[in-house]
Amino acid sequence: MGKKPRLAVWKFASCDGCQLSLLDCEDELLAVAGAVDIAYFPEATRGEIKGKYDVSLVEGSITTAHDAERILDVRTRSRVLITIGACATAGGIQALRNFADVKEFASVVYAHPEYIHTLETSTPIAAHVKVEYELRGCPIDKRQLVEVISAFIAGRRPVTPAHSTCIECKLKGNVCVMVAHGKPCLGPVTHAGCGALCPSYDRGCYGCFGPQETPNTVSLSRQMAALGMSEENLKRIYSTFNAYSEDFRKERERHGS
Amino acid sequence: MARKTIKVDYLARVEGEGAFKVVVRDGAVKQAELRIFEPPRFYEAFLRGRSFMEVPDITARICGICPIAYMMGSTHAIEKVLGIKLDGQLRELRRLIYCGEWIESHVLHAFMLHAPDFLGYDSAIAMARDHGDLVKKALDFKKTGNEIMTTVGGREIHPINVRVGGFYRVPSRRELAPLLDKLKAARDFAVEAVRVVSKFDFPDCERDYEFVALRHPNEYPLNEGRLVSNKGLDIPIEDYDETFEETHVEHSTALHSHIRGRGAYFTGPMARYSLNFDKLTPTAQQAAREAGLGPTCNNPFRSIVIRLVEALYAAEEAIRIIEAYEPPDRPFVEGSVRAGSGCHATEAPRGICYHRYTLDDTGTVTFARIAAPTSQNQPTIENDLTSFVGGWLDLPDKELQHRCEQAIRNYDPCISCSTHFLKLDVDRG
Repeated sequence: MGKKPRLAVWKFASCDGCQLSLLDCEDELLAVAGAVDIAYFPEATRGEIKGKYDVSLVEGSITTAHDAERILDVRTRSRVLITIGACATAGGIQALRNFADVKEFASVVYAHPEYIHTLETSTPIAAHVKVEYELRGCPIDKRQLVEVISAFIAGRRPVTPAHSTCIECKLKGNVCVMVAHGKPCLGPVTHAGCGALCPSYDRGCYGCFGPQETPNTVSLSRQMAALGMSEENLKRIYSTFNAYSEDFRKERERHGS
Repeated sequence: MARKTIKVDYLARVEGEGAFKVVVRDGAVKQAELRIFEPPRFYEAFLRGRSFMEVPDITARICGICPIAYMMGSTHAIEKVLGIKLDGQLRELRRLIYCGEWIESHVLHAFMLHAPDFLGYDSAIAMARDHGDLVKKALDFKKTGNEIMTTVGGREIHPINVRVGGFYRVPSRRELAPLLDKLKAARDFAVEAVRVVSKFDFPDCERDYEFVALRHPNEYPLNEGRLVSNKGLDIPIEDYDETFEETHVEHSTALHSHIRGRGAYFTGPMARYSLNFDKLTPTAQQAAREAGLGPTCNNPFRSIVIRLVEALYAAEEAIRIIEAYEPPDRPFVEGSVRAGSGCHATEAPRGICYHRYTLDDTGTVTFARIAAPTSQNQPTIENDLTSFVGGWLDLPDKELQHRCEQAIRNYDPCISCSTHFLKLDVDRG
């Protein structure tokens, strides 16, 4: 048996929730730790193996000039780079600044905005460097994380379905919250992965896994409007954790600037 | 010699990005700085313009480790505007999901982040090679906390089932029942865990802190109470803004909190415990006594013991709630949308988490302010470094640096939350 692959976990602007998913794999954590060398994971360890990494998991979005430099270094040192979660994949909730004036934002939160050094935008990792694989979700699903790590160790593509949350919901046998109860639901345009959680709890999906491939947001918005949703609320529903993803951004713009 | 700098550019085993710097001149600590370079995300700015119904889902994302704290703070504050006050089983379910978060967060910190310091490992994973059984049981305990979050909230990180007025759907008795056996096993392990960590070698570091925590007449505080301290503070949560102030210092993207006219204070498990020992369950009190703790504690290095006493309490409280649970008639209470301002504070795993919102007459947020526990503790952490490092200057640099890191980890600083918060430099000149 050859050398164990070296895994690194990196953090940019984020809530730490996606890397916490790794520590939340209570049943699998020690097995994963046995299969790989955890070479860099500051949230979990003081130890650090310098040099190159076989797999880098990247959490968070790029919001500072320093981080824009740092991600280039991470890329150079990583054979495979996987983004984990909505921040790294789509810019996160903090990308709402991309539609606003960041100076005004800083003045609202900080007494001395001049101490704050930040970019005007929050952008996904793929806007800066080549990314081998993007894992969706706010937060990611830990079963998908274990699948993706296992796949890259084995040298195969991960099995993570690209269909909609709506399909997951049908497979689960849920009663449709939109058809039966008239609740707005982003399930038909949202990427699968969560197991259709929200409809299983009697609420509409709010799109935390971001858009699926080729989503028909126009048609869905028409239906939600027919159910009584205001233009303002239509704009809001696309303006959360994946607001800066191309498909949600375009649909957002259709409902007012 | 006279001059020395100890510096850590990226603190490990804390949640988020921080560093610290201690400057020593002529054998005395001149300056201690906890630097938080977690990039700001501007929650209070982009919450403006959102519907009140969206707020808990958004504030959850402030922190992946304690999302329930941010959901509880925001829902309670908004409910005050809408004239909603939850009681009965809905109130109990909120305590239950918070117990889940306390267990998950405290066990994560105590065993995955903090215990390796005392046992001399870089990480819990390294620690597991020699203490496999302990780490495995700790992971099971943490998992039980997560299962409470998942059963009640839908998932452990950023739960989806918490809303203004209650829940989207309430669990059945049958859904909660499987948690009971696991919680009973968790409680037994917690008693053992308190005993194990109480035998760690703690440096003799005590300071006279002003502890601030919630206090409630009938229960150990989670979601409700008055803000009290060991130095005479006793105010309703509504007086928070006139009692505490936040200042913005250049070395940190987290704001520093002080009691107006008095200075730094201490929030979190050690403060909560010292102000509410009488409200712990008898088992938790006994475990604390057997661990050598009195009804108050002033040594932050012992906070690991207190976190596990609180995790033990949370397991027992969860058992109590589940055993008495009857599903409420409706999952949530509706209020009347109106203009107004409301504030609330709850006890997050790391301490007081304060929220204030103003809504207009359509229920749209026009103002938001959130004070995270770590930013409240930041001045106290810096004071700890200033006061403790002087006694450690004979240590070799590497050990001194590690000791400083531990002094910071005592607070389980959550930097992602506090940004609004951390970087170690010890400058010995």
